[in-house]
Amino acid sequence: MTALPVGSKAPDFELEGSTGKTKLSDLLKENDYVILAFFPAAFSPVCTSELNLYQEVKEEFRQMGAEVVGISVDSRWVQQAFAKQNNLSFPVLSDFHPQGAIAAQYGVMRSDGMAERALFIIGSDSVVRFSYVSELTKNPGADRLLEALEKMKTPT
Amino acid sequence: MTDDFVHRLKDLVSDADWSRGPADALALVEYADYQCSSCQAAFPVIERVLERMGSQVRFVVRHFPVVSIHPLADGAALAAEAAGRQGKFWEMHRRLMESRGALGELNLVAYARGLGLDIGRFQRDMADESLAAKIRKQKIQGLRSGVNGTPTVYIDAVRYDGQIDEAGLRAAIETELSKDRS
Repeated sequence: MTALPVGSKAPDFELEGSTGKTKLSDLLKENDYVILAFFPAAFSPVCTSELNLYQEVKEEFRQMGAEVVGISVDSRWVQQAFAKQNNLSFPVLSDFHPQGAIAAQYGVMRSDGMAERALFIIGSDSVVRFSYVSELTKNPGADRLLEALEKMKTPT
Repeated sequence: MTDDFVHRLKDLVSDADWSRGPADALALVEYADYQCSSCQAAFPVIERVLERMGSQVRFVVRHFPVVSIHPLADGAALAAEAAGRQGKFWEMHRRLMESRGALGELNLVAYARGLGLDIGRFQRDMADESLAAKIRKQKIQGLRSGVNGTPTVYIDAVRYDGQIDEAGLRAAIETELSKDRS
């Protein structure tokens, strides 16, 4: 399975999550960019430190016109508990039923039932502007995302 | 999928940093959160590395308080900076790292008193917006440099992704030192 490459149309979706229902196309109306952070499993060590980091960098993303959203195959009740325990104020979405359907549309569903640790930046025109699949056990950090957003902001 | 993206320090080590070791030595930079148990565990490891290699390394500590899960981390970073204004940054750094998370306001004042600091000045400095701004700036530069949790360590401005243990750090530093010599 290959992650949706830059230039593809991002499939729209509506998912339940830690902050209620979230629809990608609605977020794209309100923000210049939406960062989709697919992750394997709520409460696992790397995912926790990755999402903690996004909480820390959220304001910085926002100043660059971007809203971040986490997505995994965990149920919405798990996402609510995960977000609550870690004080995550951005939406953590549940791609639970059919399991991983949205991850599959983005080409980041694994054969073991989890999503890859993958990052996409979607522009307000619903086009994928940035696509990256991290090693599963590695927290990708925020520098790639910040750098990519900076480049998008700079007219060439 | 792998790529050749290198996580590199955006803010190189300068005299604005708290540092130990020769100014022209290989830079070892740690982004740390005093309320983070992994940072507390890394403290003696790094100290042992410095005991062995301290003359070849310039060690720098920068703040990366993960405040959403560590509500006391910001105050602790301020305490280190405020102690720094009275010449006791590294002494306070040690106290905070060895405190096992006892980082409430009363704890911080007690540590300052233990170090013989002027408490009035310490408390004024802790409330100084310019110190808070310095910490915020370090954190943002850390995010831009690829800090992906604490502690994150850089050797010669490149992120070190190995284990934070004595053998791993020493091997990575020795590799860099041998590059410098060639």
